[in-house]
Amino acid sequence: MSDGKLVSETKSKAVTMCDFDCSFKAELSKVAGVENLKFCYQCGTCTADCPIARVSKDFRPRTIMRMTQLGMKERIFEDNKIWLCAACFTCVDHCPQGVDIAGVMRALRNQAVKEGKIPKTFVDIKNNIHKSGLAYDIPDMRKRKRVENGLPELPIANSQEISKLLNLVAKSKEPKTENN
Amino acid sequence: MTDLKYLFFLGCVIPYRLASFEVSSRKVLEKLGVELEEMPEANCCGLPLDSVDHESMLVLAARNLCFAEQKGLDVMTLCPGCAGTLRKVNKLVQEDKAVKEKINGYLKEVGLKLEGGKIRVRHLLQVLSEDIGYEKIKQAVINPLTDLKVAEHIGCHVLRPKKYIGFDDPENPVILKQLIEATGAQSLDYMYKTDCCGAPIIGVNDKLSLQIAGDKLKNIKKVNAQALITVCPFCQMMFDTNQKRIEQALEEKFGIPVLHYPQLLGLAMGLDPKDLAINELRVKATNLLNKN
Repeated sequence: MSDGKLVSETKSKAVTMCDFDCSFKAELSKVAGVENLKFCYQCGTCTADCPIARVSKDFRPRTIMRMTQLGMKERIFEDNKIWLCAACFTCVDHCPQGVDIAGVMRALRNQAVKEGKIPKTFVDIKNNIHKSGLAYDIPDMRKRKRVENGLPELPIANSQEISKLLNLVAKSKEPKTENN
Repeated sequence: MTDLKYLFFLGCVIPYRLASFEVSSRKVLEKLGVELEEMPEANCCGLPLDSVDHESMLVLAARNLCFAEQKGLDVMTLCPGCAGTLRKVNKLVQEDKAVKEKINGYLKEVGLKLEGGKIRVRHLLQVLSEDIGYEKIKQAVINPLTDLKVAEHIGCHVLRPKKYIGFDDPENPVILKQLIEATGAQSLDYMYKTDCCGAPIIGVNDKLSLQIAGDKLKNIKKVNAQALITVCPFCQMMFDTNQKRIEQALEEKFGIPVLHYPQLLGLAMGLDPKDLAINELRVKATNLLNKN
């Protein structure tokens, strides 16, 4: 307490009402499967059973749930913590309130992407799907090797059709709020 | 023997990195009388894009399901991620009118339509345990692996989330254990057996990912398992392809071979290890093969 430095650090990290975006929870709760976000009563089962939280102090599902309820948008997105969820769904199965916690993480990630924050791995996957329908760019050599090893030829998907579908989905989101 | 027939949904990661899983599964299923029809029109199940945009995932999964409905065949996948995603969307479209309408709105633009719930999506583990059944598998075992003690890692998406999967008990799974025991081998329990392998975050934070897998390998080593058995391509790669990296990160030697379940079953069925692509494993299973 007597250490001025510590106090000022705490102060700068303390939450104030300015950190809350009250519309955030409402907006996020519109996403299918995430409607019951408000039922979280902070028991901490999700964090206790999370395999990532066991090895990382940076990832705490309960904290993220509370920050989401309060609308602390910037704090949620300020580092890349939301991308640490492994989507193992243990928390979903264990939550006593039936909250789809992994669904909330997914909705938060979708929101981060909308704001332009997307890890490179996902950019690559997306591009590959547009190009070939598959998440990975499978080299021709590997395709030939399949056949040499007696496996059936890898089917070639109609990538134009797949790309068209993905573009339609992307387009439907362009004029914000109009079609929720 | 049986007249089981499925539309085979291969997914992305298996043709990209893990032919050994495909080769061994095809061999074993053929011997068990299962017919697989190739899926000429298929795309990524959608799961990798769920994080980026939920609706893109729905549409990608739905497109695959459309072709399965057209064929009127149940889908079989080796990848639990694909199985879970396709099953979830199949159910969602069947039960949720709004989702169905939304998805079909997109599909209409490319001349497709999805009913939902018309066909079933099966993971390899379900095909083996429920459709073929333990008895038939036991009958096919001519070379029981009696002296073999293994550990199993079932993988999250085979079982979770419960409300969409509804298969086995995620808290205390028994099906893979029973399938292992059908080969004559013993499946050992170990700490954190049902936990995630760490693979999903490998591109995001490699250090944590390797730590999670390494902690599991430590517990597997503690019970003296001679091999680890998996039914998921991502889990298998995490423990096999990355085992050297894990050993470096944790400064501990493991040397635990990681077999796809069909490879284990194939050995018990008397198939040639070469036909099961066991030589493709990164951590060699030489000791194991000499024993049996």
